Amino acid sequence: MRKVALVYDGTLEGFLTCLFTAYEEKLEVQDISPEGEAVGMLFSGMEEVITDFVKSGRVWKALKKKSSEATLKQIKWAFLSEKKGIENTLFLMIQYIFSETNPVDGDYSHPAVLEVAQTARKVSREKHRMEAFVRFRLTKDNIYFAAIEPDFNVLPLIKNHFKNRYADQYWIIYDLKRKFGLHYDLSVVKFISLDLDPSIGISGGSAAYFDEKELEFQRLWKEYFESVNIKSRANSKLHLQHLPKRYWKYLTEKNLLML
Amino acid sequence: MLDKILNLGQNPKMNFDRIKEKLNILADAAKYDVSCSSSGSNRKNTGKGLGDSSGMGICHSYTEDGRCVSLLKILLTNHCIFDCAYCVTRKSNDVKRAAFKVQEVVDLTISFYRRNYIEGLFLSSGIFKDADYTMERLIQVAKKLRLEENFNGYIHLKSIPGASDELMREAGLYADRLSVNIEIPTKSGLKLLAPDKNHEDFLKPMKKVKNEIMQYKQESRLIKSTPKYAPAGQSTQMIVGASGESDRDIMYSANYFYKKFDMKRVYYSGYVPVTTDPRLPSIGSEVPVLRESRLYQTDWLLRFYGFDVRELLNQDFLNLEMDIDPKLSWALRNRHLFPVDINTAEQQMLLRVPGIGVRSVGKIMQARKFRRLNWEHLKRIGIASNRAKYFITCSPGEVALKDSSSEHLKQIILNNSASKFRKTFSSQLSLF
Ligand code: SF4
Repeated sequence: MRKVALVYDGTLEGFLTCLFTAYEEKLEVQDISPEGEAVGMLFSGMEEVITDFVKSGRVWKALKKKSSEATLKQIKWAFLSEKKGIENTLFLMIQYIFSETNPVDGDYSHPAVLEVAQTARKVSREKHRMEAFVRFRLTKDNIYFAAIEPDFNVLPLIKNHFKNRYADQYWIIYDLKRKFGLHYDLSVVKFISLDLDPSIGISGGSAAYFDEKELEFQRLWKEYFESVNIKSRANSKLHLQHLPKRYWKYLTEKNLLML
Repeated sequence: MLDKILNLGQNPKMNFDRIKEKLNILADAAKYDVSCSSSGSNRKNTGKGLGDSSGMGICHSYTEDGRCVSLLKILLTNHCIFDCAYCVTRKSNDVKRAAFKVQEVVDLTISFYRRNYIEGLFLSSGIFKDADYTMERLIQVAKKLRLEENFNGYIHLKSIPGASDELMREAGLYADRLSVNIEIPTKSGLKLLAPDKNHEDFLKPMKKVKNEIMQYKQESRLIKSTPKYAPAGQSTQMIVGASGESDRDIMYSANYFYKKFDMKRVYYSGYVPVTTDPRLPSIGSEVPVLRESRLYQTDWLLRFYGFDVRELLNQDFLNLEMDIDPKLSWALRNRHLFPVDINTAEQQMLLRVPGIGVRSVGKIMQARKFRRLNWEHLKRIGIASNRAKYFITCSPGEVALKDSSSEHLKQIILNNSASKFRKTFSSQLSLF
């Protein structure tokens, strides 16, 4: 068997094409990484895999036959973690699933299956946090705008949630880290990429971009947040556990200085 | 005068300073109602309206005491003709009073919802004029939100004790959840602390709502287009530690509400002293947060773990142990049922093992399909066994800590566990 390290374009389809190639050419895969992150390995050749939708589709179909809906979701979500080396873990898990005749996708005592499940859970937590902590601000052009910097690439996962919920308003959720966003125009959600003025920020409501009343509503919300606190029950440990500091940047109630 | 304060009609320009002041007063007065749930509804956004409450409820923030903020929870007004001793809003209390206009609540809800601050509205009120008059105003808010704003977010309305059947019927057409807070778990306590209210006034709206829910369910089985009626059901709340009640009193009442009125949730709210009334704990007394969480644990055991309330609390066992959780407490009183074999025990029995939760039971059931599990496997699938290990075995031959007395075992477990309540507990103990 030929030893190789595979490089792909960072998409799920690209990754699945790697699996197809590995099986077809009987490769001994040392590593699978997205472009730009691959580290050259002395003992194996580096090969670039060109994404092929037919091949990736076949792998997915084969996988579907041997695993539950929940597992397929876990695989997708773990993939979106963009965690270093997750491709290799996914590869091990999928190899294990293909090698057994009985379904084993729920066998959490297999290390790769467990790691994928745990990673998917982390992604799921981040997804829920984004659904909770996204704060829209109304812009001058009547668009509800939110900027986020999620740990994982969750925009594709939160799309439907926001589409169902905010069906009658224009909105944009923009991932500042990955430099793309979702834009809803009252009929469909599209991926967009914008040249954003950094001063637009994650919170606040600079007069250059936002509706004149925007800050007033942020103040009302902060007033509300402070009024519901019960001092005699203060429990900052619990508070921080639910609301880790790194998410505070999104939250008006935690940032806005009372003017 | 009240009529003028509460007048309806559009509010062309929001006066932000005035609204802010009202929000301060009327959110502050509503915060003692601990229910924050916004789940369990199934109101989908069809026809491109605003909002959707078909999923799990979301906590959009957390207060500094760690409670979930998911709804705009306010009173319509804190004017009240009653004088319930435990309540900040009581007539005789010297506090600032305020009242929202119906339209103001609608506007606030919509503006907050559109910014993704909240899942919806939780509207309660002091009783002004009479029960029906108050209930009618609450319904107006919900109705406007649904019909004029096409709002599909979550609406929780407080049922005002004594409100007419007719109004309760209407309320359920617009609200996702209705609740009447019983507040005081015993009849005698209620007489003492809320002399204006009588037990029947609480039960009446509960009964009405329950019957309506049942009727709507039956009809919707026959006719697809039956409107929804309070799809997230009803809930109630009891104050803990205000009237000298036992844990058994509280949990038996809770059990009664779950069984008799199909309650979705019962909430337990540690009494926060708000008065110098000699009938009640004095200002500055500690809020019984530990007791409150033991009650919630008990509530979970009833709802998700298959326990009967009489197993956990009874004539011989009136109050929960504070230093250990109710499941461990039960297990220590029933040592003859343990240890159980993790590979063969029935699911119901696994659920009763201290330290193993619903999720862990699921993992065990799943993993043991593939192989006999040993301690190493348990660790690998993420089962914490520091507590469970005294109550389970992985193979028939294993010897468990059988000879140790329950009292001794409890000490071992307590010494080994960094209980998150340890600190609270010792600080409460030091009071004695
Ligand atoms: S009727 Fe309600 S608002 Fe009025 S005093 Fe009693 S508990 Fe408080």
